Amino acid sequence: MKISDFKIIENRKIAKDVFKMILSGDTDNITKPGQFINIAISGLYLRRPISVCDYDEGVVTIIYKVVGKGTEKLSEMFEGEVLHDVMTGLGNGFSVNNNAKKPLLVGGGVGVPPLYALAKKLKNPVVVLGFNSSEDMFYAEEFRALSDRVYISTADGSFGEKGFVTDVISKLNGYDYTYACGPEPMLRALYNAVSVPGEYSFEERMGCGFGACMGCSCKTKYGSKRICKDGPVLLKEEIIW
Amino acid sequence: MVDTTVELCGLKLDNPVIPASGTFGFGYEFAELYDINILGSFSFKGTTKEPRFGNPTPRIAECTRGLINSVGLQNPGIDKVISEELPKLKKCFDKKVIANISGFSVDEYVYCCKKIDAEEQVGIIEVNISCPNVHNGGMSFGTDTKSAYEVTKAVKAVTTKPVFVKLSPNVTDIAAIAAACEEGGADGISLINTLLGMRIDLKTKRPVIANKMGGFSGEAIFPVALRMVYQVYEAVKIPVIGMGGVLTADDVIEMMLAGASAVQVGAANLINPYACRDIINNLPQVMKKYNISRLTDIIGMAH
Repeated sequence: MKISDFKIIENRKIAKDVFKMILSGDTDNITKPGQFINIAISGLYLRRPISVCDYDEGVVTIIYKVVGKGTEKLSEMFEGEVLHDVMTGLGNGFSVNNNAKKPLLVGGGVGVPPLYALAKKLKNPVVVLGFNSSEDMFYAEEFRALSDRVYISTADGSFGEKGFVTDVISKLNGYDYTYACGPEPMLRALYNAVSVPGEYSFEERMGCGFGACMGCSCKTKYGSKRICKDGPVLLKEEIIW
Repeated sequence: MVDTTVELCGLKLDNPVIPASGTFGFGYEFAELYDINILGSFSFKGTTKEPRFGNPTPRIAECTRGLINSVGLQNPGIDKVISEELPKLKKCFDKKVIANISGFSVDEYVYCCKKIDAEEQVGIIEVNISCPNVHNGGMSFGTDTKSAYEVTKAVKAVTTKPVFVKLSPNVTDIAAIAAACEEGGADGISLINTLLGMRIDLKTKRPVIANKMGGFSGEAIFPVALRMVYQVYEAVKIPVIGMGGVLTADDVIEMMLAGASAVQVGAANLINPYACRDIINNLPQVMKKYNISRLTDIIGMAH
């Protein structure tokens, strides 16, 4: 974990209530897709944990949805402004070097972003993205640039397959591993729908974000884990619903 | 040169800064960031007889200048703390620690204190009496003078280490509780624990915290904590460890002026993991600014 300042290079709305922010600063501690950064916001006590969408030397991209005061303030910030005391290199992230030959990536809503950096590290993965509606949709083209098998579902049928990600997945085969991030009902439906092993990324309200306060603990088959430090990514085999 | 050393019942501390229980785990997360041997001491995660997962999530809620937590004493249990956590901690911290012990019955406190008494690493036992007493209708030990006296007396009978009783602020007369602990044989008083608080989500119209209520801490509670330290200092002769909303070296000095012999830092560690290091580094210059050459000289000076 490292604490440093980041300068806002871009902060732009890309879907309904969804913003893409590009930051420049010290990204040395961001080592794996699926990790998150914890952003201190002026006037608010707790930092806001946001998953990393993409990272490179000196640059990190996040995509966040405005859901409360913190993300609202973040969305009102301008290019050139500085985010002070951002914590980076948090969370375990997805494992990329496993034996999966045909990975399936499944993302729902603002659970989609961390799968982007992961997709870049995998060879032509199958990608399934789910949104409520076409107005909520983002990054379809970006994923298509990385994979020729990108499927999209919307709950209202306004784009792609009408229904949920599991409706799309029921028609797919040949994958041997799943990586997933999204709302808990989606993760649970996926867990029940597929038989292959995988890694599921979870969300929880956090206090510190670096493992000290035990605010975000969850029970797993391998004992209690802190979503911020031992997660947010859990192996499918250890999940207890 | 200023003198930052303080003493708690014979235990000499290089400085009065002690991370508060529950905000510093068993030290390792912080030892990765800085050498935690600069600390005066530290109070480890509240430990109970049995392992505890704690309360359901969400356990955390944002507040103005603070947060509410309802972690619910998640800990691996006293046996694992002794067999696993303390040896691991020894590798990164060579000073004496404060063992924070919780319980839901007098027997449980006694059991844990007896066990921890044998640990050479432990310099002080801090008995958290904010927990509900299962044998007394779930009322907290810390809200009743009789229960506070009983648990203090029972614990003192099984250990030779100094016992500091950590008080709950959710009482009408903090001085009376402190006096009862002193009468029970306490060697010192730690205060304050968190204030019972609540937040409601306007969108869902439900409490933010799964357990509905939780403990409020952070800068916002500093004036309340300071007032209680001031009151308890007048009510007892034993030393007081002051805590609640401490963020800066100035706050440390203010707490000591109110009567604290040492000061714990809690929520600040969660917001700035370097908070204790920064306070320790700033303390000498703040002392110079206020013409304080020896920190022990100012304990209770505001009275």
